[in-house]
Amino acid sequence: MPAVTETIETVQQATESGYKWGFETDIEMEFAPKGLNEDIVRFISAKKNEPAWLLEWRLRAFAAWKTMEEPRWAAVKYPPIDYQDSYYYAAPKQKVGPKSLDEVDPELLKTYAKLGIPLREQEILAGVEGAGSVPAEGRMPIAVDAVFDSVSVATSYKERLGKEGIIFCAISEAVQTHPELVRKYLGTVVPQGDNFFAALNSAVFTDGSFVYIPKGVRCPMELSTYFRINAKSTGQFERTLIIADEGSHVSYLEGCTAPMRDENQLHAAVVELVALDDATIKYSTVQNWYPGDAEGKGGIYNFVTKRGACRGARSKISWTQVETGSAITWKYPSCILQGEDSVGEFYSVAITNNYQQADTGTKMFHIGPRTRSTIVSKGISAGHGQNTYRGLVRIGAKAHGARNFTQCDSLLIGDLCGAHTVPYIENRCVSAKVEHEATTSRIAEDQLFYCRQRGLTQEEAVGLIVNGFCREVLKELPMEFAVEAQKLLQISLEGSVG
Amino acid sequence: MLKIEGLTAEVDGKAILKGIDLEVPKGEVHAIMGPNGSGKSTLSYVLSGREGYEVTGGSATFNGHDILAMEPEERAAAGLFLAFQYPVELPGVGNATFLRTALNAQRKARGEAELDAMQFLKLARERMKALSMSDDMLKRGVNVGFSGGEKKRNEILQMALLKPSIAILDETDSGLDIDALRIVADGVNAMRGPDFSALVITHYQRLLDYIVPDRVHVLMAGRIVKSGGPELAKELEAQGYGAVQAAA
Repeated sequence: MPAVTETIETVQQATESGYKWGFETDIEMEFAPKGLNEDIVRFISAKKNEPAWLLEWRLRAFAAWKTMEEPRWAAVKYPPIDYQDSYYYAAPKQKVGPKSLDEVDPELLKTYAKLGIPLREQEILAGVEGAGSVPAEGRMPIAVDAVFDSVSVATSYKERLGKEGIIFCAISEAVQTHPELVRKYLGTVVPQGDNFFAALNSAVFTDGSFVYIPKGVRCPMELSTYFRINAKSTGQFERTLIIADEGSHVSYLEGCTAPMRDENQLHAAVVELVALDDATIKYSTVQNWYPGDAEGKGGIYNFVTKRGACRGARSKISWTQVETGSAITWKYPSCILQGEDSVGEFYSVAITNNYQQADTGTKMFHIGPRTRSTIVSKGISAGHGQNTYRGLVRIGAKAHGARNFTQCDSLLIGDLCGAHTVPYIENRCVSAKVEHEATTSRIAEDQLFYCRQRGLTQEEAVGLIVNGFCREVLKELPMEFAVEAQKLLQISLEGSVG
Repeated sequence: MLKIEGLTAEVDGKAILKGIDLEVPKGEVHAIMGPNGSGKSTLSYVLSGREGYEVTGGSATFNGHDILAMEPEERAAAGLFLAFQYPVELPGVGNATFLRTALNAQRKARGEAELDAMQFLKLARERMKALSMSDDMLKRGVNVGFSGGEKKRNEILQMALLKPSIAILDETDSGLDIDALRIVADGVNAMRGPDFSALVITHYQRLLDYIVPDRVHVLMAGRIVKSGGPELAKELEAQGYGAVQAAA
């Protein structure tokens, strides 16, 4: 596999700090005043030129949030967050709604080029248009929505997708152009008052992506959103809504990075997925927010609510995540399996190195008959990292013949880190079958020596062994992403053995 | 050539090697025989640089390089190969990936061009055919679910691909049936030539019927107590280590 060689090369090229996405873009920004109150909610809504119903919706969320308390049950420790000491709106100053890339600030374009995110649509070879979508380099194109702090700065391939009836745009744009769809589905999977962070997001969300795949359409390319936090003291609260109508199919990717800073920054996103009859949504994340330095200073607090509803019969939602970044990760991508024979999947790799803490897992709610779910979680702890898998499998009384299989494996590198597995199983249906397997292991000295005797350096050996440990999850990622993820795994573990 | 002088080493503070003197000239295959606990595996780990095997005195050079001062991967790139007595499993790591990564790491360390996937596969298939091994060994995880014989054959395949200038075979014959033994021996014999030398560590004479050594050394209680030609192995088989010890 060339990926392994690339992994090794990447490590050799990596900067001393290991986090090479830590630069800051110098660009003129527009901020809302610091702090959070009803006026800020109104300010954001006005900035987005939102209809009255959405402002009302936000205000209800804000009212709910004020009565709620931060959850404390996760196995993560952090000092109290001062929610009044943060900006809730930060946007690059530019003309409203750039029509083409030529109107986007060149500094922004440079930023995305530096991050390796293709915003320009690749030219399609003359004559092969009808044959599909193979661009000049022979790679499948990926449509990208780029979210910079609080706003979406560009979305590519919109017109091509539009020909198929696919809507792929910033959610703020969808509110204007397809209000009926947004209104019908927004908050139906993750209600405003669902939890503290979801309520906060519902009140102040600024942008994110919106996807609608019409009946029977198989989306011809990967859709992706690239989230970038740039501004100081700013939280990012994006909201993504994906609806796959009957018989449709979509694969969606999400990536994220942020500058290196000594302060902690808050990221509280909400993602809602809706799959109707026979629809499939595959949602992949490579989360690489700044994790903080080797002493645990700085880094992103990642408090995210992701949930998908398999509303239709035989629908399927598959979450794949590679979590390498953030100082704290609090995230449980879940599936509500309502439709009969619907399928939920969760494949996860979470790495904690240095002082990172991750409390992540999934929730599978089996409601419909013969619903099935698969959970494969791989946790890797190094340095002083703490890694917790927390998962709930709930099988309702009517979920006859439901099945779940859960596998949780933990890998420890060094003796100062921790791995914890907290599975919750609630079964109210006698005909359902639930299986849970868990293992904890270390990278053995004999494995390292074996690799080194064959010529690999210690770091190459660790990279190879870790990639092997995660293989079941990595193979679920789209090809291009899998290569990225392998590189990231190795970089994230730099200096962990030694 | 491999030259070992007065080598002493300890494990967990216990002296195991108590002054080894040994020369393996270029192009020769030497056998080291000895009873359990005589220090055979310790010698192979000391030479390949495993952690926990402390050199307390003496020297070991290979083609003039002080190998004891090198990292294990540097010794590998310099052409030293250890066929493990107990090959290690690497779950999830494909055998092809592992072999290519290893080969390219060594090529890179020596300043040679790396092989791409196609070049590697061609080379691997060629070597496997020569060793009567089936292709599907490449697709499986490194040593995962391999039988004892398959693991040893995989070691020989690695050796054939990495083309070391000196191979240490640590009890490669243990646990092998006669067919597997023959495949392993054929693999080693195929490498014999002016640029390849080997140190074949074994408990029994059986392997030496197939890999006929140039010299045989008897290792007992951390020292080489007797050296001779291939006939020494037969002598040992007939009389046992006790007789050699009494004579020494």
